[in-house]
Amino acid sequence: MEKRVTFNERWLPYLLVAPQIVVTLVFFFWPSAQMIWQSTLLEDAFGGNTKFVGFDNFVSLFNDSAYFASARLTITFSFLVAAIGLAVSLLLAVMADRVIRGATIYKTFLVWPYAVAPAVAGVLWGFLFNPSVGTVAWLLHNVGIDFNYVTNGNQALLLIVIAAVWNQVSYNFLFFLAGLQSIPRSLIEAAAIDGAGPSRRFWDIIFPLLSPTGFFLLVVNIIYAFFGTFGVVDALTKGGPAKATEILVFKVYNDGFRGQDLGGSSAQSVILMVVVILLTIVQFRFIERRVHY
Amino acid sequence: MVENRPFLTVLSHLVMILGVVIVAFPVWMTFVASTHDQATMLRAPIPLLPGTHLIENYRQVLTAGYNQGNGGIPILTTLMNSLIMALGVAIGKIAISIIAAFAVVYFRFPLRMVFFWAIFVTLMLPVEVRIVPTYGVVAALGMLNSYAGLIIPIIASATATFLFRQFFLSVPDELTEASRVDGASPMRFFWDILLPMSRTSIAALFVIQFIYGWNQYLWPLLITTKESFYTIVMNVSRQANVADAAPQWNLLMAMAMLAMLPPVLVVIFMQRQFVRGLVETEK
Repeated sequence: MEKRVTFNERWLPYLLVAPQIVVTLVFFFWPSAQMIWQSTLLEDAFGGNTKFVGFDNFVSLFNDSAYFASARLTITFSFLVAAIGLAVSLLLAVMADRVIRGATIYKTFLVWPYAVAPAVAGVLWGFLFNPSVGTVAWLLHNVGIDFNYVTNGNQALLLIVIAAVWNQVSYNFLFFLAGLQSIPRSLIEAAAIDGAGPSRRFWDIIFPLLSPTGFFLLVVNIIYAFFGTFGVVDALTKGGPAKATEILVFKVYNDGFRGQDLGGSSAQSVILMVVVILLTIVQFRFIERRVHY
Repeated sequence: MVENRPFLTVLSHLVMILGVVIVAFPVWMTFVASTHDQATMLRAPIPLLPGTHLIENYRQVLTAGYNQGNGGIPILTTLMNSLIMALGVAIGKIAISIIAAFAVVYFRFPLRMVFFWAIFVTLMLPVEVRIVPTYGVVAALGMLNSYAGLIIPIIASATATFLFRQFFLSVPDELTEASRVDGASPMRFFWDILLPMSRTSIAALFVIQFIYGWNQYLWPLLITTKESFYTIVMNVSRQANVADAAPQWNLLMAMAMLAMLPPVLVVIFMQRQFVRGLVETEK
């Protein structure tokens, strides 16, 4: 879509795009180019010497069982975050859509976790599950479950999933609620007249009509779990215990800054870049379909 | 509702109340912890109701800071830094995107589509992924430990530019024609017609970007080494993870409350703009 009426100026448009283009060139293209170049270099442990090694960094990543462990972990983690997050927020949205009285109040009480920084969310949940003083940990201890996310890898993973879902639930809820409210009432009324009960109406009408929203949210949640949860992990577990929560984006940071393995870290970044590009393409193709819907 | 099913309605309310309680519980416990003294916070079970040390705890973190491990800085300073960063990111993003969108929509010039795609591809690489080389660039430019370094590298945003482009495309051509007939320059048209018309989009975007800027974590963590540039979010997490020491939970949680309060208030009081912003930035 293009404007019919435009202005004729020679230099003004360049002046107008200049700030954004300059920022993009300096802080996006330059580092990205460096990253791709860096991924083909091998730097010796003391800095100083670098040499071009082609795809060696990628080859050694693909031969590295630690990298595969991290990749598998990331997939498990994002599956859990997306599945639990979507299920919980769909339930809440359907219930909120049902009640007429109080719906806006419930909405107000559910939207604000989005505003809490992931790192702060990590600290809050870490406090609740703190092995020595945490309220929930204490309750669990009293019913015979020893919850110690500092030493138990699976429990650490569970805790970052909980914190990440909590942080994202408002977002999913708002989109599901908007999706529900855009379903024509006449369809639901027609089904009711034909004798379909609430659960039949949900599964046969509401759920299919909501599937575009659900698919869109699925992609958004996967992107969030892959890249947006760095703060949660860093505040809660720092990838531990024993790398049980070292998701890929955290490994990039860990290897690059702590381990000073610039080549390996850059190669990991390049792989993640490919993942984002694929996810973005999926998202855009889908959005085009949603417009037709 | 289509039909009256009292049982289902009660169930819906119960589920909603349960949901709200679970969602609010961590924040409630944080608030409770921030109102007790240090001794109460050392033994489990910690109380479920607020104590009497609220003013004292908040006064201490605001003015003296939370000093454990590294020397404490007053939280007031970190709050100011977060505010500067959040406003800088929100205003900076909106300013550079709105003029870029204006140029791309209202002018025809060589390289127009090149610029458009250059902005578009920034969607492809979140800052968390290219963090190591971006840090290198910022260090090379001497921007570590500065507000410019905190703000400028993260204000390039494709979403804001798209949002404004989308909106400008929906503005009737008659308005442009009329102002050209009246002899208005492009910038005059921008200031007097386009900008006032974009008010609601700007407000929606501002809310989203303010939260985004306030909640930045990894970026300030890397590029600030001087305490005077710490932001509150990174400071909370930093202090929670001081090695070899149990945190002073009452003070730490007072800090966490202060870190959450501004963006949460923005969301609650500007809920309409917030929801609009969320929906629009996803288009």
